[in-house]
Amino acid sequence: MPRYLPIAVLGGLLAAGLVAPLVTGQAVPGFWVEVLIGGLMAGVLYSLVALGFVLIFKASGVFNFAQGAMVLFAALAVARLAEKMPVWAAVLAAVAIMIVLAFVVERVVLRPLVNQDAVALLMATLGITFFLNGFGQSVWGSDIYEINLGIPREPMMVLDKVFEGGVLVNRDDIAAAIAAVLLVGGLAVFFRRTATGRALRAVADDHQAAQSIGIPLNRIWVIVWSVAGIVAIVGGVIWGGKLGVQFSIANVALKALPVVILGGFESIPGAIVGGLIIGVGEKMAEVFLAPPLIKEFDLAGGGIENWFAYVLALLFLLVRPEGLFGERRIDRV
Amino acid sequence: MFFRENGQFKSTYRADMQLLPIVQDRYFMLAIVALAFVAVPYLASDYLFLSIINPFLILTFAAIGLNLLVGYCGQISIGHAAFMAWGAYAAYNLVQRVPMLNFLVVLVLAGLVAALVGMFFGIPSLRIKGLYLAVATLAAQFFTDWIFARVKWFTNYAHSGSVSTAPVNLFGWTIDSPSEKYVFLLGVLIVFTVIARNLVRGHLGRAWMATRDMDVAAEVIGIRPVYAKLTAFGVSSFYCGIAGALWGFFHLGSWEPLAFDLNLSFSLLFMIIIGGMGSILGSYLGAAFIVALPIALNQIPEKMGVPLSTAMATNVEFMIFGSLIVLFLVLEPHGLARLWAIGKEKLRLWPFPH
Repeated sequence: MPRYLPIAVLGGLLAAGLVAPLVTGQAVPGFWVEVLIGGLMAGVLYSLVALGFVLIFKASGVFNFAQGAMVLFAALAVARLAEKMPVWAAVLAAVAIMIVLAFVVERVVLRPLVNQDAVALLMATLGITFFLNGFGQSVWGSDIYEINLGIPREPMMVLDKVFEGGVLVNRDDIAAAIAAVLLVGGLAVFFRRTATGRALRAVADDHQAAQSIGIPLNRIWVIVWSVAGIVAIVGGVIWGGKLGVQFSIANVALKALPVVILGGFESIPGAIVGGLIIGVGEKMAEVFLAPPLIKEFDLAGGGIENWFAYVLALLFLLVRPEGLFGERRIDRV
Repeated sequence: MFFRENGQFKSTYRADMQLLPIVQDRYFMLAIVALAFVAVPYLASDYLFLSIINPFLILTFAAIGLNLLVGYCGQISIGHAAFMAWGAYAAYNLVQRVPMLNFLVVLVLAGLVAALVGMFFGIPSLRIKGLYLAVATLAAQFFTDWIFARVKWFTNYAHSGSVSTAPVNLFGWTIDSPSEKYVFLLGVLIVFTVIARNLVRGHLGRAWMATRDMDVAAEVIGIRPVYAKLTAFGVSSFYCGIAGALWGFFHLGSWEPLAFDLNLSFSLLFMIIIGGMGSILGSYLGAAFIVALPIALNQIPEKMGVPLSTAMATNVEFMIFGSLIVLFLVLEPHGLARLWAIGKEKLRLWPFPH
C-alpha cells in the first residue's frame, strides 16, 4: 500500500465533510464562511500553543505538557500586572517572568533529569503543570480577569458584496491572526539567520554532536524555554483578551496536543497547519455534524468538539504516526 | 536484628519461589491483614472510613491497574479514569437491567467491559509509543466523558444525567454501613493484589517488563508486542473497571460523568509516580499519600492557627503535588516503594554496623 494512500483517504474524507453542508444545502454560504473563519481563528489559538510545544520538543526532545499551564500563567501575569501599569509594560514584565521561569525549570527539572527517557520527562512536565497552575493562582488570584488590548469589540462586516447578508468577523480575531503570522515569521528569521538559531537547530539535530562542537546545551535549553514562554505570552494575551483569563485556558490548551500530533512534533509549519485543520474541523463538526447526530441517536446535547480533535489525532496516528510534516523515525536495538 | 534471614534455608523450589520468602515478612503481612480485618472495623470512626480508608482502598485498586500498564509495561496512559467510568457504568447498567446477577459477577463483568474498551484504545499503542500514546489515551478520556454525558441509554434515561445506586446485597448481606463496606472492599482488594503480584512475576509480567525496558529488543527475543501490549491494556483496564464500579457503588453512591474526569486520571498517575512505578506496594503507598495529603493540608494549618481558604488549599495542593512529582522523578524515580525497600535493607543489620 502506498504510504500516502491513507493520508489521501483521510484528507479526502475531511474535505468532503467540510464541503458537505454546502452541497447538501444545510447551510447558506455566508454562514458556512462564518463558521469556517471561526474555526480558522480557533485554530490560530491552538497553533500558538502548539508552537511552544514544537519549539521545546525540537530543541530538547521534551514533550512539554506544561505549555498550557505556561499560557495560563503568562496570561494571568499580564492581566494582573496590567491593572497597575500600561499593557505594554505588563507584557514586558511578563517576558521577564517567563525568562526567570525558564532558568528555574532548566536548573531544577531539566538538568537533573538529563539522559532520562522521554516518559520520565513527560511526567516531570506534568509536575511543572500542576506546580504552575497552583503557583499562578495563588500569586495572581483565581478569578476571571480581563485583558484589554484596546481593540474594539463590535464585529466587522466583510464580503457583503459576495454573499447575501455578508460575513461577520471579530476584530480581535484578525489581530490574533496577524500576531500569529508575525510571530511565526519572527521565529523563522530567528532560527535561520541568527547564531543562536543555528545553535538551536544543531541541538535539535543531534544533542551529542552539538555539544561536542562546543554548543552549551544548558544555555540552549534556557533560551528555548524562554522563547516558548514568550510564545505562551502571545497566546495567553490573545486568548485572554478574547475569552477572559481563567483556569479553563489551561485545559483548552490541551487541544494543542492533537495539533502537534497532526502536524508532526518537529515541524513549525506543521503546528500552524495542524492547528488550522483541528480548529476548522471541530467547529464544522460541532455546527453541522452534531445536530443530525443528536436527532439520530437522541443525544442529550452536542459537545463533540470536546473530543473531535483527539479522535482525529488518534485516526491520524494509526495511519501516519509521524504527523504531516514530522520526521520518520527508525528504531534500532 | 529481628529482620534477618539467616538460618532460613530453602530446600524446595516451591519454598524459594513463594511470594514472601522471608519468615518475618510473612508474619508481618499476616499480622497486618489480621489487624485490618479484625481490629480496624472496631477502632476507626465512620468519618475515617468514608473520607479516608474506603477511598484509599478503591484508589489503590485503580492504581494497581494503572501501575500494571505504566509501571510494568511502560505504556503511559493519562486517561485511565475513562476505564473506571466504563466499569462504573457497566456495573450500573447490569444491576439495573439484570437484577438477579450476583454483585461479584457484576464486578467481573464490569471489569471485562472496561478491559474490552481499554484494549480498543490500546490498539494505537502497537504503532505509537510514549508521548504519542498519551494523546491516544486522552482521546479515550474525552470521548468517554462525552459518551456518558450525552448518550441517554447509559444512564438509563435519568433526567439530570446522574445515576444513583442502592446498597449492594451479597448473599443476603446488605453492605451499607461504612465498616461493612470497608470489610468487603478490603477482601476484594487483597484477592486482586495477590493476583496482580502473581501476574507480574509470571510469563505475562515478564513479557510486559521486557517490552517496557526495550520493546524492539523484546520483539527480537520472541515476545509478540501485540500480545504484550494488548494484554497489559486489557488487564490494566480490567482492574480499573472494577475499581470504577467499586468507586461508584461504595464510595460515591450516586455520580455523574464528571466524577471520572481528567483530574482523576492525573491523580492515579501521581499515585504511581509518588508510590513507585513497577511496584504493587507502591500503588498502596501512593494512594495513601494522595488521599491523605488534601486532608492533612486542610487540618494541619487549622491546628497551627493559620487556616487556609479552600481556594488557597487547592492551590497549595497543586503546588505540593507538582513539586513532589518533580522531586521524586529527580531524587527517587522508584518512589516511596523504593524508600521502603531501602528501609528494609537497613533493618537487616540494625542496630549493628555490619
